[in-house]
Amino acid sequence: MNKAAPILLLLVAAAFAALTLLPLFGITNIFSDSAGTDILWQIRVPRVLTAFIAGAALALCGMAFQALFRNPLATPFTLGVSGGAALGATLWLRFGLTATWFGVAGTSLAGFIGALGAVMLVYGLTRLQKGFSTSTLLLAGIAINLFFSSLILLIQYFSDPGETFRIVRWLMGGFFLIGFRVPLTLLPFVLAGTVLLALLVREMNMLLTGEELAGARGLHVERTKKLLFLSASLMTGSVVAFCGPIGFVGLMVPHICRLLVGADHRKLMPASLLFGGTFLALCDTLARTAVAPVEMPVGIVTALLGGPFFIWLLFSRGKI
Amino acid sequence: MITVEKLSLTLGKTPILRDVSFSVNAGEYISLIGPNGAGKTTLLRCLLGMYREHSGNISLNEKSLTGYAYRDLALAISYVPQTHDVEFPLSVYDFVMMGRYPHLKPLTPPSLKDIEAVEHAIETTGTGEFRDRTLRTLSGGERQKVYIAAALAQAASLILLDEPAAFLDYHHQADIMRLLKKINTEHGATVFAVNHDLNSAARWSDRLIAIKNGSVAFDGPPADLFAPEKLETLFETRFRFIEEPEHNLPLVVPDE
Repeated sequence: MNKAAPILLLLVAAAFAALTLLPLFGITNIFSDSAGTDILWQIRVPRVLTAFIAGAALALCGMAFQALFRNPLATPFTLGVSGGAALGATLWLRFGLTATWFGVAGTSLAGFIGALGAVMLVYGLTRLQKGFSTSTLLLAGIAINLFFSSLILLIQYFSDPGETFRIVRWLMGGFFLIGFRVPLTLLPFVLAGTVLLALLVREMNMLLTGEELAGARGLHVERTKKLLFLSASLMTGSVVAFCGPIGFVGLMVPHICRLLVGADHRKLMPASLLFGGTFLALCDTLARTAVAPVEMPVGIVTALLGGPFFIWLLFSRGKI
Repeated sequence: MITVEKLSLTLGKTPILRDVSFSVNAGEYISLIGPNGAGKTTLLRCLLGMYREHSGNISLNEKSLTGYAYRDLALAISYVPQTHDVEFPLSVYDFVMMGRYPHLKPLTPPSLKDIEAVEHAIETTGTGEFRDRTLRTLSGGERQKVYIAAALAQAASLILLDEPAAFLDYHHQADIMRLLKKINTEHGATVFAVNHDLNSAARWSDRLIAIKNGSVAFDGPPADLFAPEKLETLFETRFRFIEEPEHNLPLVVPDE
């Protein structure tokens, strides 16, 4: 178990390197003229920072949902949260609304409302029954996600090509932003969720051993599940709202970190945070430099890397 | 220690427990027996405070179970469940330490007392050699001992176990039964275990409680139940009795 410390140190170093070096990629004239400096500070740095925050948040949400459902396949996506966000943003784009509040794009706000709406819907459905079983919640989330997906398709079908393109483009996910407005708006949500999760590391460990046993050991299971559900949903909602639905980070990163440091959340949580942030910042840099001058949406990169990698992981480890 | 009075529980529309009354005294070793589906596991869950919508009353140390907070209940009662499906790689040591949860202060690392309790539990159960391994790499018998170690670390005076020797080979069955007896006699813990094996239940425990169709069908010392007609009524099966000179009770085998 002592192997966790060097791995965590390595992850800290990687995160630091990613945050300082990645903004410099693909700029040749940083120090020679003011345009270079502007690009660096107004575009690159905020973008890498946002990617890091979003990656860390998505990885932590995946980790929390996996502990909550004791199921390594649970992610924000399986629970309808990102589907709700996507539906909110789609509706906004369909009706051609363009308002902004305090510099936050309306698409983001609509996405955030959609995400919270999905959470309340899933949660409300499970409240119909007394207490909620893990499988009920997981199945409800999947059903709601599918329902939202078909609503999005329906809206696209009745949209004109221009709107459809904007919707599809948003659904691919990415970080196209200028200045620090987005990372600074995102940060408080992610920070609040992270602090709440950090307070629950021991409780997440307890849930891994089964709700029955955790309850017999004195854990208030229902309250813990509610807190985890709400904090992870808040984080996913805000990230998806600003950056679009970026898949695979919440599924992959906690898995890889569990292989590296084990399932103990006291180590898994910092590892997932650092790994998730670094991973998404790297993916985004790849997305903007691989086929330069054309930029790919980062959601495509994570899925292209993530899909095959995940299958390789499943088959090479037998069981994870 | 525990008094159950006229406990009835209906889940959905199915009555599971009907008018169950018995008491558990400190220091006893009780085996709960009965046919499948009789309500044994449900009864254990009631004692753990998991079902609170039952009628009748369960009291622990003269106070109703419903009045206990989860944490306080865990200080008095520990539990070893029947199935151990840990999907995630947790080490044996960390798992046993989780038994200390009701003793831990929030956001504070385990105290010296917690560490000592864990070490003691690991020593008693003989699980030290695989303390750093993950639960998933252990055999069924080893894992069962680790679960018992965690219950011991919890330091509750009553341990509830749901078929602790199920799915184990003869050697490990005997190992577990000896361990439970040791915990009962040397550590003074009260043991309340569901057991499907009549012979082992009779041999190891002081008292048998039999549940059939949700009601108590027998409550008393093992020797009193070992009469052909009583067992036949309870299990709806004919039994043969084989004299066993080493123990004062005969062995029963189903006669089919």
